[in-house]
Formats: sequence, structure tokens, C-alpha cells
Amino acid sequence: MAAVTLLSTQNLTRSFGGLTAVNAVDFEITQGEIHALIGPNGAGKTTFVSLLSGRLAPSSGQVVFSGKDITAMPAFERVKQGIAYTFQITSIYPNLSVYDNVALAAQTAQRRNTGLFSRIDTNLLSTDVHAVLEQVGLAQYANETAGALAYGHQRLLEVAMGLALQPKLLILDEPTQGLSDPEIANFCGLVKAVSGQITTLLIEHNMDVVMQLADRITVLNHGQVLATGTPDDIRDNSAVQTAYLGGH
Amino acid sequence: MNTAPSLKVLLLHIAVIAIFFGLQFVLPEYHHLAMTRVMVLAIFAMGYNLLFGYTGLLSLGHALFFASGLYGAGLAAYHLEWSVPAAFLCGILAGFVMSLFIGLISLRTTGVAFMIVTMMFAQVAYLASLYFSQWTRGEEGLVLPQSARSFDLAGVTFDLTDAATRYNLAFVLMTVALLICFIIVRSPLGRAMIAVRENEPRTLMLGYDTFRLKLVALIVSGSLSAMAGATYALLFAYIGSSFASIQYSIEALLFTLLGGAGTVLGPLLGTVSMFYMIDIASNYTPAYMLVTGIMLVFLILFFPRGILGSIRERWLKWLP
Repeated sequence: MAAVTLLSTQNLTRSFGGLTAVNAVDFEITQGEIHALIGPNGAGKTTFVSLLSGRLAPSSGQVVFSGKDITAMPAFERVKQGIAYTFQITSIYPNLSVYDNVALAAQTAQRRNTGLFSRIDTNLLSTDVHAVLEQVGLAQYANETAGALAYGHQRLLEVAMGLALQPKLLILDEPTQGLSDPEIANFCGLVKAVSGQITTLLIEHNMDVVMQLADRITVLNHGQVLATGTPDDIRDNSAVQTAYLGGH
Repeated sequence: MNTAPSLKVLLLHIAVIAIFFGLQFVLPEYHHLAMTRVMVLAIFAMGYNLLFGYTGLLSLGHALFFASGLYGAGLAAYHLEWSVPAAFLCGILAGFVMSLFIGLISLRTTGVAFMIVTMMFAQVAYLASLYFSQWTRGEEGLVLPQSARSFDLAGVTFDLTDAATRYNLAFVLMTVALLICFIIVRSPLGRAMIAVRENEPRTLMLGYDTFRLKLVALIVSGSLSAMAGATYALLFAYIGSSFASIQYSIEALLFTLLGGAGTVLGPLLGTVSMFYMIDIASNYTPAYMLVTGIMLVFLILFFPRGILGSIRERWLKWLP
């Protein structure tokens, strides 16, 4: 099976004043893979994914998604095209019900499938929302206020909203931050389960999670790609060890 | 939010509508007229609530949209001698155009800047209504001619000098406005509007063009406010600059806050309560505006959610 490139960047650069946070990055995600993005603090990971999701505009370079140049596309439009971004700092609707949180995402997915001005089929919406809640294990909390959920459940809700968008590419920005070990294990199981259908870009500090989940890893350092490869390649790469893994 | 409104939600709204219909048979003349005004002003508050209560945008210039409807209908009836239904539609159209225009500009700002920009636009409109006094007669205003006091629709003649006709027209329009709000806030669009209020960056990243959502909310809100203005002009046959003044912008906010921002019935309840509070206070003191001010301070300090908002929070979680 030939590998299909889902998303790629060419020479992608973003500067803030004198600081070049992302510097001429060429990057590729292959359809169907779990691709991890790692790097020390300040390496430019979050800036880089913000350029992918459209929350920031690049200084130069381009982003291509599904064969289309999306460099100038606004963030909400990219979401509709199939790039879902889950926030590093939990960003849910704390005053709304868990159901409504997910329904907001599911509405976008339904509009994408049926056209912008079509009526939302509320029965279908309900089916979609409950399916996703079931998938992440939040089904029994559907009518709870999202803000009242435990932190770990809020992180799962964040992921549920990403899944409900039915994306082609799911960007998870440090999803396991602040989770307990059993919660992390549960989360890894979830990502594996959906990886068949959804290409995933995982920004993660927890190396156990990365090594366990990733098909390929890209290491960023000082805004540049240091290395890309399989987990074994990365583990054995001396430049990476020097920059990041604390080896010699 | 479930797929169908629950029975008790429907019954509650039907009961409220029935009460307002029934009131006309028991109210003495003074309160009969007062309630007619209240219902028209409640449409204004409902329009305001869609923007402020549901979408989270605090406008301090909604008098402009009310006045757009008022002048759009009133000037068409006075100078062009348009029939009442045509003038009514002209008023709503004026509000629609104004809210589209002002939305495209003011929605580039948020928060305090949005409040100031909307207030400035409203001040421009107020001053314009004074400046063009050869057509509007400014503060003094215009009394609509006899030709605009009755109209024929579907073979029935409506006499606008008749109190019962006025009451029932106000009642029908208020019910329509209530239904529009009810349907919108329970629809996917309403859910998206609430999402903008609750967390706009997140809503953007769920694939919503939040600028467009806010523009739609402002246009519906402005058009409903204009409908209230047009109704006011045509039912009571008077248009004047005072309706474009900041006081009316504040009143819409106050009615909504008192009844409960972000509740469907809140603006109606708030309008009735506030109207009668001012009415009673003005029997005792000429400084009845003081009541408005004190009320506003009291609400912000102790009941930021308003009457229905507090009730929903504590007891009736199912209230839309």
C-alpha cells in the first residue's frame, strides 16, 4: 500500500519579532499513522501546531492538506475541512451539558456531510453524540454540566469533541498532561482504538506514551526538525539524545 | 437540550401566552393600555436578549434599532402616506439594514470596545434624528395622520384608535417574537450562539465562523428591536427623538437583566416588572429614573442572573 501524504508543510516559518519559533520546517504526516511531535520546552511545538490548525498565520512557507494549499485558510474553515485541534489547556464549555459540548462539534461534522444550509437532523445528531460519548466512556455523564466533571473526564470530553468533528486529522496537544496513570492507560487505549480511522498528530511530553503509540516521531529543537523516524530510530539517534533525551 | 421540547416547557409558554391574552378582559382601562405598551417593549427586550443573553454581546446602542423601526415605519406613514402594513415592513427592513451595516463594523471589536462603538452609533442616530428636524421634528416629534390610524388586511378593517385592537395586535406580535426566540434558542443555531457566549476561541476551533454567527445574532436582534419600534410608532401614532436616546438602550438592557438574560421568558417578565416599578415610583417621586439606576446596581450586585436566571439555577433547570 502506497503511503498517502495527508498533510505536509514546506519551509514553514513563524517569527515573533526577533525570535524564530518555527524555522523552515518541512514535515509530512502519512494517512492513517499516529505521528508524535516531541521536543524540549520552547522547541516550537505549540507554535508549529498552531500554524497547522490556523490559530496562527505563518511568516512564510506553506501548509498542504489533502492535496490542497490551506496556508491562507482561516482556522474554522480548516476544522470544516477535517483538521481537529484539541487544546493543551482544557477548553470546554463549562456551563453547558456534556451532551451540548459534544453536539456543538457533531453539528459541524453533520454540516460538512450534508451542506452548509441544510437542516441539522437532531435525531442523527443525538445518535452521533451518544456514540462518541460511549466511545470515550462518558456516556453516563451526558446530562451533567461539563464544568462539574473531574479533570480527567474533562480531558476526555475535549478528546470527544475532537472525535465528534469526524476529522481526517486529529491534533492532540499534550492530552495526558495532569492525568493519573490509569487515566493515561485508558487514554492510550482510546487513541489506539480510533487510530484505524483517524490520522493523529500527538504532541506529548510523556515518553512512555509516545513510544507506545507513535508510528513515527518528529523531534523539534530550536524551531527546526532535528529528526524524523520510527520510535527505534529516534531512540538511537545521537543528536536527539543530546538535545532531548538527556543522553550523551 | 433534547430533540423535542418537553411537555412542561411547552405548557409553561402556552400558559404565559394565555395569561397575556386573558388579561385584556380583566384589566381596567389604564392597565390595559399599560400592558399594551409593555408587550411592545417586551419584543424590544426579547430582541436585545438574543444578542446579549444568548450570544454574550453587550450592546449599549439598541435604541438605534428600536428607533430605526420607529422612524422607518413612522416616516413612511407620515411623509409617504404608506399603509400601516407597508410602513410596518419598512420599519423592520430599516432595522435589518442598520443592523447589517453596524454589525459589519462594530463586530470587529469585542467587550468594552463593542459597548462603546454601539453606543456611539446610537448617539449618532439620536443626534441625526434631531439634526434632520425638518422631517422628524426632533424632540417634539410627529403625530401620525388619521390615514395611518386604520388599515385593511385580508378583508378585515383594523381600527388603531380602538384599545382592544391595539392590545390584540401587540399581543399577536409579542407572541410571534416569543416563538421566534423560543425556536432560535433551541435550534442548532441557538446552541452555536450560546457557544460563542461561553467560549469563543473554542467555538472557532469547532469549525464555526464566529464572526458570521455574531452578525446573524445581531441582525435578528436588531430586526426584532425594529419590529418593536415599528409597532410602537404605528399603535401609538407618535414618533420622536426621545425613543432614540440612550435611555432606551439602557432600558432594554435593564428589562433583560431583571427578568434574566439568556432565558426565553426573562425579557417579558423583566419588562412587566420594571415598567410597573417605574410606574409606581413615579406616583411618589418625579425622580423615578432613580429607581432604574438603583435597580441596576442592585441587580448587578445581588442578582446578576435576574429573576428567571436565579430560578433556573436553583430550581427549574429545564427552563429554556
